[in-house]
Amino acid sequence: MDWHILAQQLVNGLTLGSIYGLIAIGYTMVYGIIGMINFAHGDVYMVSAYLTAICLAVLFSCGIDSLPFALLATLVAAMLITAAYGWTIERIAYRPLRGSNRLAPLISAIGMSLVLQNGVQLSQGARTQGVPSLIPATLRFGDEETFVQITLVQVMIVVVSLASMALLHWLIGRTTLGRQCRATQQDRRMAAILGIDTDRIISTVFVIGAAMAAIAGVLVTLNYGSFDFYIGFVTGIKAFTAAVLGGIGSLPGAMLGGLILGLSEALFSGMVNTDYKDVFAFSLLVLVLIFRPTGLLGKPEVEKV
Amino acid sequence: MPEQEPLLDIQQLDARYGAIQALRGVSLRVERGEIVTLIGANGAGKSTLLMSIFGDPRPSAGHIRYLGRDITGLPTHAIAKLGIAQAPEGRRIFPAMRVEENLLMGATPLGMQHIDTDLIKVFELFPRLKERRDQRAGTLSGGEQQMLAIGRALMSRPQLLLLDEPSLGLAPLVTQRIFAILGEIRATGTTIFLVEQNARQALKLAQRGYVLVNGAIRLSGSGEELLANPEVRQAYLGIRA
Ligand SMILES: Nc1ncnc2c1ncn2[C@@H]1O[C@H](COP(=O)(O)OP(=O)(O)OP(=O)(O)O)[C@@H](O)[C@H]1O
Ligand SMILES: [Mg+2]
Repeated sequence: MDWHILAQQLVNGLTLGSIYGLIAIGYTMVYGIIGMINFAHGDVYMVSAYLTAICLAVLFSCGIDSLPFALLATLVAAMLITAAYGWTIERIAYRPLRGSNRLAPLISAIGMSLVLQNGVQLSQGARTQGVPSLIPATLRFGDEETFVQITLVQVMIVVVSLASMALLHWLIGRTTLGRQCRATQQDRRMAAILGIDTDRIISTVFVIGAAMAAIAGVLVTLNYGSFDFYIGFVTGIKAFTAAVLGGIGSLPGAMLGGLILGLSEALFSGMVNTDYKDVFAFSLLVLVLIFRPTGLLGKPEVEKV
Repeated sequence: MPEQEPLLDIQQLDARYGAIQALRGVSLRVERGEIVTLIGANGAGKSTLLMSIFGDPRPSAGHIRYLGRDITGLPTHAIAKLGIAQAPEGRRIFPAMRVEENLLMGATPLGMQHIDTDLIKVFELFPRLKERRDQRAGTLSGGEQQMLAIGRALMSRPQLLLLDEPSLGLAPLVTQRIFAILGEIRATGTTIFLVEQNARQALKLAQRGYVLVNGAIRLSGSGEELLANPEVRQAYLGIRA
């Protein structure tokens, strides 16, 4: 095994892991606050990939030729519209079921996921779509034969992901809104007694999770260039794995779990076999669930009252 | 001068958990400036009454008026904004938050305007909390957690403070300390509605009291009257008639 392959896989793994981490945030925050897995979250991410392509196409057809502006506008638009999806999903699929048994919102989540997949398939078509490679810039280290290649998009992915996570970490840890989120997560009834509109906080958490998934969707679309209505499924399950790995309910856990999953998946692909990388990722999930069900940073489940 | 309406006026309140009827036609009043206590055995419905004032469980019949206004159907968080605060059964502090953050949570209805002065006031009342302000609340002792729950409730500058068994699980000395502080809180103009199983101390402190049996009010009267009542003495003070 050559050093450059190893280094290349570390770069790829870091990129992939940042994406998993961003999407995992949505799973972990929603689970933390209402104790359910939002199975439609991967599809929210998928929607943001389509939004990226649509926004870029609209901007370029309007004659915008500043790439940084187009990217920024696309990011903002994708985040806003995806956040609106997150808000709406909570409103129509989960809120009416609050207080019912645990199974009902789970079924509703799977239903919502199918609605999004089929809705996008109907409106956008089933074939794979793509955006042209907009940022070809690449850094190379090494000589002609053995080199490590880092694209500018990969650098953007890592930088933007880490910055978003840091911002979110600050928001949850230091602001009034963040304190209200944590209070609602720890004891929803008590939070309400203290004057917190807990329904509003739950909506906010869906909005934040969706906006983070939108950042991931924009970055991935810029990186790979192609997507279809089904990408939310596999990526969603991977990000969910990352959330469980890090300890579901824990924000730093989602980031850590994403990075570990991304890195180990990339190293496995580079050193062992690419075809089995998904099998590897899910084996990791099974192992974590057997040996450390609360994940790396998770706390043992406390039954909610 | 027209007679002022009571601060809290509960009429014919029913509340249920599915098939279990926890409150049956409860009527009671709390006037401004009083300490009123509600005593009763385990499962009598005391906590249910305090929680139903906050709309959870939502009463199935009857009315709750606060300053003359019917608040029976309001959402829980809206009731907190009217000037009612609760230190609930089991304290329900946020264990993973620091002590100071717990107190800040209590200030939610005021929108963080008076944080600094109010923190100072709570720390004057409970110096222990000041020493522990950066500690995780879950690491506090039971007495300190109770102080935190009361301090947190005070951060919203409530007119009416609801307390659910603040003495539960505390050593007698700590209980005495907390009851003394309740007197101080009342002296600052906050009205207190105190649920207790510690009937003797509660009735000594309170101006008036009610006795709840099986979800219904069985007796009411001034603190002294109830302390002298044979039924109360036998059932709640452990004195044979
Ligand atoms: N969440 C609930 N679901 C179902 N029944 C409940 C619930 N909470 C309380 N009950 C029942 O309602 C009745 C009144 O309970 P409540 O907690 O109000 O009593 P309490 O007077 O506060 O008792 P304690 O002194 O033990 O705190 C009890 O029979 C109890 O079992
Ligand atoms: Mg009780």
